[in-house]
Amino acid sequence: MSSLDAIGVRVEGPDLKALARRNAEPILHEIRHALARLLESGEETVIDLRGLPLSDFDQDFLVGELGVGELECRLDALGKSVIQETAYHGVWLVTHFNAGEQIIGRFVEVTFVPAILKSDPIDIRSDLDRLTERLAAGLEEGSAGEVDSQ
Amino acid sequence: MPSNMTLGERLRKQGVSRRGFLKFCAATASMMALPPTAVSALAAGLEKARRPSVIWLSFQECTGCAEAITRSEAPTLENLIFDYISLDYQHTIMAASGDAAEAAREKAMHENEGKYIVIVDGAIPLKDDGIYSTIAGMTNLQILKDTVKHAAAVISLGTCAAYGGIPKASPNPTGAAAVSEIIKDKPIINVPGCPPIPVVITGVIAQYLAFGKLPELDALGRPKAFYGQNIHDRCYRRPFYERGLFAETFDDEGAKAGWCLWKLGCKGPITYNACAVTKWNYGTSFPIQAGHGCIGCSEPDFWDKGGFYEPLSAGTFSAGGRLAAAAAVGVAVGVGSAVLARNSQKALHHKEGA
Repeated sequence: MSSLDAIGVRVEGPDLKALARRNAEPILHEIRHALARLLESGEETVIDLRGLPLSDFDQDFLVGELGVGELECRLDALGKSVIQETAYHGVWLVTHFNAGEQIIGRFVEVTFVPAILKSDPIDIRSDLDRLTERLAAGLEEGSAGEVDSQ
Repeated sequence: MPSNMTLGERLRKQGVSRRGFLKFCAATASMMALPPTAVSALAAGLEKARRPSVIWLSFQECTGCAEAITRSEAPTLENLIFDYISLDYQHTIMAASGDAAEAAREKAMHENEGKYIVIVDGAIPLKDDGIYSTIAGMTNLQILKDTVKHAAAVISLGTCAAYGGIPKASPNPTGAAAVSEIIKDKPIINVPGCPPIPVVITGVIAQYLAFGKLPELDALGRPKAFYGQNIHDRCYRRPFYERGLFAETFDDEGAKAGWCLWKLGCKGPITYNACAVTKWNYGTSFPIQAGHGCIGCSEPDFWDKGGFYEPLSAGTFSAGGRLAAAAAVGVAVGVGSAVLARNSQKALHHKEGA
């Protein structure tokens, strides 16, 4: 969240909220179609919200409509990421932040599990080597629980 | 750190996990307007990318373009990419000066012949043999020709390098010209804007690194990924335009309600850039969101296209021509508003002249 939010500016008028519904509703239809495809064929869909002309009102309306589901994951890699299942199972809201907590990417993923949650074989191989080395060294240096936050 | 490391190796060496790398690629694909399905291809390309040598030449410019990219705070996508390139010459920010600086430029050219990228910001004065801007005793024109001779490609950064920009504005006392008016035998990518959006600059470099080829360009030499759509079509205020709801002044009820700024001179309908989607200051906002119309800074000769606060229908072109342009970008209500805007502008001029 930027410090600009602390500035007390209020945009007047009721039209923006009414407009938000108009901009966000087509995306909800797209999500409905994507969910149907996921069930029928397993096809996953990713919608890049930053690639769409949405105002803050639009995004708030969309996120509010999607709601909050049972599962929320937080990732610390080049800044925080929040992977939130929405109130609709299979519809995930993935928000990436940089180290300054500014949003650098926001996606609606229609999938069983977002790809970024899965451990990657390259990382697993690297950590297998690390664990092997630690065991060979008698677990003497540092802590096995130290995870790089990058 | 060895200079021949790939970007993937370098990031891993810095402790960036695969998840971090995928996140980086997802955000980069987003800013490059690539479909989310392209993330895996981008990741594969960037993973194997090698560090390119870059020579950055600054000519008739205000340093705003360099400020835009170098002022970004760490760690951002901009500096992840920007840190990765080998910036071998940039006379504003490099430690070396004088002969040492020029020697660095020549060394980079010699060692990376045919492979280095030249970034140019600023226009090039041509009048009176280009004497109006010199560096190390050479005119900008001489340095440009000399440096570009063995380059792989040229990135014209900012509207001044891409189209002449403000130095070329009437009456153009120095005979300022764009890079593309001088260099005819090298691929040139125009990245206009006053200044360009930082992630657009690095996005172009990232695309070159990832896919090993130059991006697809529009008729004005701009990457379509970032300049493929106009501001108006991507503007969140567009639905107000469709409904014929316009702010008439900067403090009326329409302005407060966030209505379309077209009648206040917004050049969004004729301006191609990524501002409405990528936005500025880490996605915080962009001029239209802040309540000011687009001034069209990524278009050729934007400074000489009439007043920034004159609606497009009342510009320096013939009223009929502008009206036709309005009809092309909007619906009937927009054209009707164009007539009204033109009339109100005429009334304004009449009042001023009275």
